[in-house]
Amino acid sequence: MSASVTTDGGSVALAGGPSSGPRTGAVESKSRRSRSTSEKVALVACLTAICVLASSVRLFSVIKYESVIHEFDPYFNYRVTKFLSKEGFYSTWNFFDSFTWYPLGRVIGGTMYPGLIFTAGAVWNLLNWMHIPIDVQEVCVFTAPVFAAFCALATFLFMREVRGSGAGLVSAALISVVPSYISRSVAGSFDLEAVAIFALMFVFFLYVKTLNTGSLAWATGLFFGYLYMVASWGGYSFIVNLLPIHCLACIVFGRVSYKLYVAYAPFVVMGALACMNIPVIGFNAVLMSEHFASFFVFGLLHVVLLVQYTKKCLTPEAFNAAKRATLTFGAVVASAFVLIVVSYVAASPTFGWTGRSLSLLDPTYASKYIPIIASVSEHQPPTWSMYFTDLHVAALLAPAGLIICFMPLTDTSLFLALYGVTAVYFSGVMVRLMLVLAPAVCCLSGLALSEALSYLSQSLVVAADESEKSRTGSGTPAVKQQKDESEVSSAATPSKGKKSGGSAARNAEKTGSPKTKRYFLSIDVVAAGFLSISMLLAMFFRHGVYVSGNMYSSPSIVMQAGGRVIDDFREAYAWMRFNTPEDARIASWWDYGYQTTAMANRTVLVDNNTWNNTHIATVGKAMASSEKAAWDIFESLDADYVFVIFGGLIGYPSDDVNKFLWMVRIGGGEFPEIQESDYLDKHGAYRIDAGMGEGLRNSLVYKLSFYRFWDMPTGRKGFDRVRQTTIGYQDFELEYFEEVLTTSNWMVRVYKRKKAPNADFAMENVL
Amino acid sequence: MARTKSRTAFPLRDVVNTFQKAFTDAPAKVKVLDIYIGAALLTIVLQFAYASLVGTFPFNSFLAGVFCCAGSAVLTLCLRLQISSGQLDMPVDRAFVEYALAMVVLFLACFCYLG
Repeated sequence: MSASVTTDGGSVALAGGPSSGPRTGAVESKSRRSRSTSEKVALVACLTAICVLASSVRLFSVIKYESVIHEFDPYFNYRVTKFLSKEGFYSTWNFFDSFTWYPLGRVIGGTMYPGLIFTAGAVWNLLNWMHIPIDVQEVCVFTAPVFAAFCALATFLFMREVRGSGAGLVSAALISVVPSYISRSVAGSFDLEAVAIFALMFVFFLYVKTLNTGSLAWATGLFFGYLYMVASWGGYSFIVNLLPIHCLACIVFGRVSYKLYVAYAPFVVMGALACMNIPVIGFNAVLMSEHFASFFVFGLLHVVLLVQYTKKCLTPEAFNAAKRATLTFGAVVASAFVLIVVSYVAASPTFGWTGRSLSLLDPTYASKYIPIIASVSEHQPPTWSMYFTDLHVAALLAPAGLIICFMPLTDTSLFLALYGVTAVYFSGVMVRLMLVLAPAVCCLSGLALSEALSYLSQSLVVAADESEKSRTGSGTPAVKQQKDESEVSSAATPSKGKKSGGSAARNAEKTGSPKTKRYFLSIDVVAAGFLSISMLLAMFFRHGVYVSGNMYSSPSIVMQAGGRVIDDFREAYAWMRFNTPEDARIASWWDYGYQTTAMANRTVLVDNNTWNNTHIATVGKAMASSEKAAWDIFESLDADYVFVIFGGLIGYPSDDVNKFLWMVRIGGGEFPEIQESDYLDKHGAYRIDAGMGEGLRNSLVYKLSFYRFWDMPTGRKGFDRVRQTTIGYQDFELEYFEEVLTTSNWMVRVYKRKKAPNADFAMENVL
Repeated sequence: MARTKSRTAFPLRDVVNTFQKAFTDAPAKVKVLDIYIGAALLTIVLQFAYASLVGTFPFNSFLAGVFCCAGSAVLTLCLRLQISSGQLDMPVDRAFVEYALAMVVLFLACFCYLG
């Protein structure tokens, strides 16, 4: 019942007008207008506060460390944005990069999602045009906090369409500090999700707005929003499957109207066009199974509309006759069509789905067939504790919001319910997709909290009314109304979601209380309710800020340990930049490719794009082979330098020795002579002490990581702080590689591949 | 028996008659929309026939053509549904202006993709 009245000030004024008597009309309309203005002011003030909060909670890393780009993938985006700022938009669209995947190169224009890069480039161009000389790096670092504020606004607009301003405000407040979203959008995390989550919520807002208004102007807006989303992130395939599911649910529940058609059908056609215009998707928009659901429901919607129309026009017997004729004739045609589609889909080994999508639907697929997808740390399923850390109270309130979606069920609340349910499934498959769940959970919890708060405030107003009535007898409506106004305005200051609920509650009480027998709480229960909700929200905000500051703000390229700063990565990349020839080729594991091209400005063999599995497997084979065999492979790949990451001196756990088994698995996927069992001991354990496997003892990664390590003073001679053992094979010499750099904490070790030495009879035979 | 046989045969003709009557009775503006939708669908059939004869290279042009026709049919059907639904909460002129804008955007998107 409160759903129909929890709207913003304007419509409440319209609804409340006729119900009150003529004698209070003048007073009431003036007070309603002024309150609607003050409501609008309060709304704007709340939204501004939410935006400021959303941006500032993401600035911890800039304060604690410096304004630097984090992680690995953002370095690629930063490098292309730098190129964009120098060469312009058109050159970036046609950018062919010869600095990576030597000797293949990479068509960046055709294989990147351009949304984020073009956004940052456009912002930089705009600022420069206004003569504000900000460096490209600063624009890149601060893109994510700014777009997080926009995402909160988009969430507010979305929830306002679903339930009203109250729900919108609470959802926006929740999403501004939800830790899951913060983790991928801190200042410096210049990754696709920084703008993509904003684009996601904006597309959802445009869709429900089109659904509510049924106007083609909003459908055109939906096209532009969806175009931006498709340009920004591969997660657009979630939208292109969620909207058909919603349309199907509306068909099943009998909610087909022209508004649904206006929202869905132009989206399918123009959305497919938008997908195809982005080169990285291209023809996949009509050839891959990800999009088939939207076309299928498109056809189904037309069939349903046709059936509705014929039922309206014809008499029942005529309709039955037509139905029989269509079913017999149509069944033949439909089965032929289905046969064609099924044979096309079954002909491909993945049933037409791309590898990444199939690994979402069947979580065991990647570990069996594509070890590279399985090895990425973000693709592991989340643990239960991650749900609580990343979503906190919002995850607990979401089921309540799901129930409220059905009371009453509208098209838009059905959409929200479906979004929540599908997002929960996908978040269980991959940690990275918790990010898609975060807005859903915030919206559902916002709905639940807003309902609770509006009910409590209605109870408060009724209780205040009762006490007023008992004190002054019946009282004139005007006086009662003034008192109600003061009650509502004084009680409305503590929580922001209540403002519209309070004024609307008055309306409900006026129009509805004699007819609807609604039970309202007494004032002490109301006070307890407000207090507990405020405490809950306070705990959530405190948790969000704490987690943002302490867990998600490390740039991972610079670290802190016991008060001192560990900056080995940048030391190594700077050394490479100034001490190697301009056209040197550097080999390493693919994790570090983007950072090497961006900071060291040298050509690499493989990088984080991982588009060529054979190339990566070749590098993996080299890393797992003996020194001589590795020298041969690097000679064939034309690599001049090799570097490994080693954490044994300071205890950095994500080094190449710990990643070594993945190198073996990926290399073994292409070259069957590499067997994982060679690198484990006879019981199948992975160890580096005296009992280690034969292959590991001779492998390049072991030798390059532990060369001269026995000379370092780490307690016992050659004690590895990460694996917590003394290394088993010490005091060896390198014959084919020469050490050129070991950084101050031994984290990056760079080696030069020796040219054929003068007198090495073994090497002559090999060449 | 003859009675029941004619009863099954006639309703089908009844169906056709009803549709014909609905079409002729519709106001002129709606008739134009219906004819336009029919023409767009016919163009799609022609394009598919041509592609099956000559091949689909260049595929992007074929897709652009098909989606352009499909898109204009869909948008026109949207306008027709809006007009005939009777519960449109904006004047018909405004609905038509929005339709025209949507068609412009559709043609722009197709033109970018035509190659």
